[in-house]
Amino acid sequence: MHNFDYHAPASLDAAVSLLSEKEDGKIVAGGMTLLPTLKQRLAAPSDLIDLAGLSDLRGVRREGDEIVVGAMTCHADVAASDVVKSAIPALAALAGVIGDPAVRHRGTIGGSLANSDPAADYPGAVMGLNGVIVTNKRRIAADDYFVGLFETALERDEIITSVRFPVPERAAYQKFRHPASGYAVVGVMVAKFGANVRVGVTGAGPHAFRVPAMEAALVKSFTADAIKDVKVNAGDMLSDIHCSGEYRAHLVNVLARRAVAAA
Amino acid sequence: MSKVTLTVNGKERSADVEPRTLLAELLRDHLGLTGTHVGCDTTQCGCCIVHLDGKAVKSCTMLAVQASGKTVVTIEGLASADGALHPMQEAFREHHGLQCGFCTPGMVMMGVDIANRLPGADEKTVREQLEGNLCRCTGYQGIVEAILSVVNPDAVKEHHHA
Repeated sequence: MHNFDYHAPASLDAAVSLLSEKEDGKIVAGGMTLLPTLKQRLAAPSDLIDLAGLSDLRGVRREGDEIVVGAMTCHADVAASDVVKSAIPALAALAGVIGDPAVRHRGTIGGSLANSDPAADYPGAVMGLNGVIVTNKRRIAADDYFVGLFETALERDEIITSVRFPVPERAAYQKFRHPASGYAVVGVMVAKFGANVRVGVTGAGPHAFRVPAMEAALVKSFTADAIKDVKVNAGDMLSDIHCSGEYRAHLVNVLARRAVAAA
Repeated sequence: MSKVTLTVNGKERSADVEPRTLLAELLRDHLGLTGTHVGCDTTQCGCCIVHLDGKAVKSCTMLAVQASGKTVVTIEGLASADGALHPMQEAFREHHGLQCGFCTPGMVMMGVDIANRLPGADEKTVREQLEGNLCRCTGYQGIVEAILSVVNPDAVKEHHHA
């Protein structure tokens, strides 16, 4: 690991200032992706700005019809939260299958979304549940947030402070877990909000995406059978050493049907 | 260099470290607590698990400076001052929960974490919870039995030596 200067700001403003001032400053949240990346020297930031001291960014609460998860809330706390379990059990279940227990004690929702690994679970949750990314500057809708492979709409001096999830009528997340890494080979979050349905997919493409054709079919009939012939284009899927685009496209359909059945 | 002060196994300890120094390196190289092992150094094997403010974390994937002001318990902090083993350590001995012993510090620390969070857990849950701990001797049967004997004694179907 190359060396860097370490900062532990006591306020969000101080963190934002550091991020703007430092030549190649990088935020560290839980560090579960960043530290392995630094060890491999795939990144060499001049400065690390640790958000761990910002207790305002930690915790889960319900505000009306929304669940608000602080950006620095670790996966284990989301998985164990009674507020999340009663309002959006699918979200608690998703948080409980990220990485392993020790990783879940450190990794955070804000870090996961800022990194936007194509195989991470939270992007699927945000896309499927129509989450809103709240930053120090603005609110970003899920549909506007994911831009490309490891690329988001976040600006250079923008820090995620919380994520807001509208409470669905029903929802479920189904994941084909890579047996070694625990990452989603494909993960699908299906959520029903009254007359609207959202299907959010992670793991399959360069970033989380929706499947409008499935959503339209599920609006007419919220049954697994309704989408059995709705395919996604294999050419748009990731193809790598783990599996081909065709296989991922197949999994999207299978997991979406399982999610509908489980919702 | 940064000065880090933290509580390790009940005692306040300080060290001058580089920002890039890992918590595992602080424990092993600066404080001489070599019970915490580094197996993979890539957040996968769990040999380096310690408790940070009461929760199991992988000390190879945390900076020492991030533990500043916090409370860390390592494998050396489990046994009593008179040498009496912690019940989880005793269970690992009783159920032959180790072969070469390399993964054992992490397994025991994870076992205590499971016992803290999930009392009464069944065998399936214990196995799932050990997902981030690798034993290259493939000695999981004894490890699972040992942890299960602490968190849910009734669920231990048969003794390993029986």
